Amino acid sequence: MTGPTITGFLLGSLSWGALPFVRAWREPNISEIIGAGAGSIVVIGAVVTIALITWLQAWEYLWTQWFTSLDHKKIGIMYIVIALVMLSRALIEAVLIRSQQAAAINGPGFVEPGHFAQLFSTHGSIMIFFMAMPFLTGMVNYVVPLQIGARDMAFPYLNSVGLWLTAGGSGLMMASLVVGEFSTGGWSGYPPYTELNFSGGPGPDYWIWAITLASIGSTTAGINIACTIYKFRAPGMTFLRMPLFCWTAVCTAILMIFAMPPLTVATALLAADRYLGTHFFTDDLGGNMMNYVNLFWLFGHPEVYIVVLPSFGVYSEVVSAFSSKELYGYKSLVIATMAIGVLSFTVWLHHFFTMGQSADINAVFGIATMAIAIPTGVKIYDWIFTMFRGEVRFTPPMVLSLAFMVTFVLGGFTGVILATPPLNYMVHNTLFVVAHFHNMLIPGTLYGLLAGYMYWFPKAFGFRLNERLGWISAGCWITGFYLAFFPLYVLGASGMARRTHEVFDPAFRPWLYVALFGAFVLFTALVTLFVQLFVSIRDRHANMVAVGDPWDARGLEWSVAAPPPEWNFAVIPQVESRDAFYWRKRNREAYKPVDHYQDIELPKPSACGVIVGLSAAACGFGLVWRIWWLVALFGAVVVATVIIRSFLRDVTRTIPAAEVEAFDRRWLAQAHYAKPVSRQREMSRRNEGLAEWTA
Amino acid sequence: MQASLVRVMLLQLITVYLAHPDRLCGASSIVNRVRSILSGAILTGAALSLAGCGALNRGFLFPAGPIAGAIRHEWIVVCFIMLFVIGPVLLLVPLVAWHYRLSNTRSAYRPQWGFSWSLEGLIWIPPSAIVVILAAFLWRDTHRLDPYKRLPGHALEIQAIAADWKWIFIYPEQGIASVNRLVIPAGRPVHLSLTSATVMQSILMPRLAGQIYAMAGMRTQLSLQADRSGRFLGENVQFNGMGFQNEKFAVDAMDGAEYAHWLAEMHAEPDRLGATEYETLTRRTTLPHPLAFGAVEPDLFDHVVMLAQKSGHALEVEKLPALPLPMAVSRDVPHDQGMPP
Repeated sequence: MTGPTITGFLLGSLSWGALPFVRAWREPNISEIIGAGAGSIVVIGAVVTIALITWLQAWEYLWTQWFTSLDHKKIGIMYIVIALVMLSRALIEAVLIRSQQAAAINGPGFVEPGHFAQLFSTHGSIMIFFMAMPFLTGMVNYVVPLQIGARDMAFPYLNSVGLWLTAGGSGLMMASLVVGEFSTGGWSGYPPYTELNFSGGPGPDYWIWAITLASIGSTTAGINIACTIYKFRAPGMTFLRMPLFCWTAVCTAILMIFAMPPLTVATALLAADRYLGTHFFTDDLGGNMMNYVNLFWLFGHPEVYIVVLPSFGVYSEVVSAFSSKELYGYKSLVIATMAIGVLSFTVWLHHFFTMGQSADINAVFGIATMAIAIPTGVKIYDWIFTMFRGEVRFTPPMVLSLAFMVTFVLGGFTGVILATPPLNYMVHNTLFVVAHFHNMLIPGTLYGLLAGYMYWFPKAFGFRLNERLGWISAGCWITGFYLAFFPLYVLGASGMARRTHEVFDPAFRPWLYVALFGAFVLFTALVTLFVQLFVSIRDRHANMVAVGDPWDARGLEWSVAAPPPEWNFAVIPQVESRDAFYWRKRNREAYKPVDHYQDIELPKPSACGVIVGLSAAACGFGLVWRIWWLVALFGAVVVATVIIRSFLRDVTRTIPAAEVEAFDRRWLAQAHYAKPVSRQREMSRRNEGLAEWTA
Repeated sequence: MQASLVRVMLLQLITVYLAHPDRLCGASSIVNRVRSILSGAILTGAALSLAGCGALNRGFLFPAGPIAGAIRHEWIVVCFIMLFVIGPVLLLVPLVAWHYRLSNTRSAYRPQWGFSWSLEGLIWIPPSAIVVILAAFLWRDTHRLDPYKRLPGHALEIQAIAADWKWIFIYPEQGIASVNRLVIPAGRPVHLSLTSATVMQSILMPRLAGQIYAMAGMRTQLSLQADRSGRFLGENVQFNGMGFQNEKFAVDAMDGAEYAHWLAEMHAEPDRLGATEYETLTRRTTLPHPLAFGAVEPDLFDHVVMLAQKSGHALEVEKLPALPLPMAVSRDVPHDQGMPP
């Protein structure tokens, strides 16, 4: 116990001063008021959401149909909802960061240095762990079982645990806005700065536990995805017949399995330093921060490919579908994907060429880094040749894919510059690096995930998204990126340090202004994305594509209704070739009734995932504030839930054949009466989800 | 001077062109409108690129020493080689996508075409060859420009201690120390040994030499040289807390006589950098102006390295009584072009 008082026992190190509202009351300056405002948004947002759900009497529906669901499709959608919420927060933070730097030229700007440091730390942590990771995990979750002809993931319950651990981590990130403060040590949290000596508050603890929950969730997701693809492919779906998205998913899963543990170890050891007084990464008593840096980037570099590869998979699907053409160089793409996966583990040192190792080591890692450019370049050319002799339609996902190809190559260009150690010495830790990794991750991850979202949305919800707003949003994402980040290359080459709260050189002003304008354009892109969603839901009756194949696409996921039934396939399909559904359509074998419907066994909904994830978050909150009874209580809940669940035997339920047959026949009738739509009209109201099969 | 002259001339040229577009073209109003939009874009672009030069001359693309010069040279080589990689993609993506658009009924359509050995060769072999060429340059230059490698000539030894939020430079052979100001003789190589009294930091003097980390309990090295006299920016670029943005220092390269004069001045400074002064300096503060010490405790640098290895209680210095050194956490410091006065 920290003190003799009962509050000390009950609340640990929590005090009134932890609340931003109290801090803003005591010290009313703009920085604190922004903090209080952000906290208020979280609180009000939560209250409004809860009130709305209560008013709609939707709690039971949400609980039984969504939260406890083990359906891979619903889990996938929930992952993406988390990602979009967190994307909104982190993008607003990005606008604040850019505003501060633009405002703070020879002046303090409007946020305090500590507040600014929290902004860039949360922005990075959220974008990687709570935006990119949930988004791609959700997408893989949704699409992969449908593409390989499976009914669910290999471990549906583990899937739910992973989702709720990610949700719990996101909850901790949000809690840091309302209670206390976040780390100021950046998304990479380098010690010794994040050790108790230098960062005494709860900030780094929030970072540690949020990241730990997310990384454990991602490890389980990786295991699940890999097992699903290894063991749950439909008969005839050999590895070399899988859609390329599955290949990138399996590669990502392997990377997750091997790359996440180093992060978990690094954060656990840092936590040991902070909580138990060990000296793994301290300045003294044998501690060495270089071990942390190595561990972190041993995770950190594969992580780059974890978030990039699924998008590469999306581009392969999108470019092929909207060019109405077979993917060029399928095997080449597979080899390139796996090569990237292997090479990604051999380059981590390029994140710290400047740590004083010998020229031999730097050169070897530099060359390994440049070697990754080869398979990546091959992929780009494969997509170009996929369009070659095709019929390209400039739908919003395709526009994003094209923008990706051009922009990503520019990022690769600066990547080779950074991979060259002497050049790296000059621009490391400057805005040049910031510009570079945004240049890789915005086109390489975000555009792909958004393209995938727009491409598969009609599959998941049964209606198309508004294309006009899609184009506007894509246009803003593209121009916003160039405006926001190309100036940073110039500033970085001029020696402007990253993460700087104040700028002392007026010559940087025009570039900072352009970058700020770009940030606003990116924010507009996000708003447009939500407007698109709203408008599309409003107009959904005019845009229904219930038959399920609005783009004349190729994979098995398009061979079922939109939205697909819980069991995905009435019977598990027999696969004869690559692009299975495409050939079935061409051979006039699609939309045929099944001879004999059978009962289908599916996982029962389970509350265990929710309990484990949210209890782990409560446990994390207790650890942050040293509320030991909370830690003990919810730690015990987690362990007990896992053990009890493992004794449950009755975990499946059966869908009767009659129900499956009724659904299937209804859908087949829809397909029978639907009018096929040509490629020219697929973006019109005539599109009912049945494609015209030419050539 | 010359750069600003060119800038003014260019801007004038563009303004004249903007004011009288009809002089150059008497075509329809649409053409004129396109022209005015284009010239507006050109004007903005030109203004920005000129402003860019105004910013870029802070960086290694305007080198003031042999290391930065060599790095700039390598930059040009890498950029040139990379043009052959990105050029084709930047051309092919829009061309192919547009030519094979759905509405173009004259373009070929071969939905089942998906492989060609010759194309495979074309997309695997040339990029690999380019990487091999780049790798050769990389291997050579990484060794040539190894920050630990000493430059030819008798180098001036300087020891740098990164503190929170200031840099302490000790001249062991001269027995003097300077805080937040690095004075070096122009034309003579300098060899820096670095350590940290606190968290990890990274020193960068953009126009002179690249970065190296400074870490507690360890000693890293950096060679640099200034070709001519002048004042350049030095900074820590690894975030290390609330005073991070103020952790900048001037690098003053002086010619022989000026440097000798400075040394004499330094020796006349009354303050001595001993253990207590050092402990006060390592408190988490920013300095309003540079400090000068005419004498230094011998082996202070080695002592700092050893201190961290043994106990290195980085924060305990906070408990020590303060010395009357001009410390400040205030940030209202006048700054000139990113540099403390």
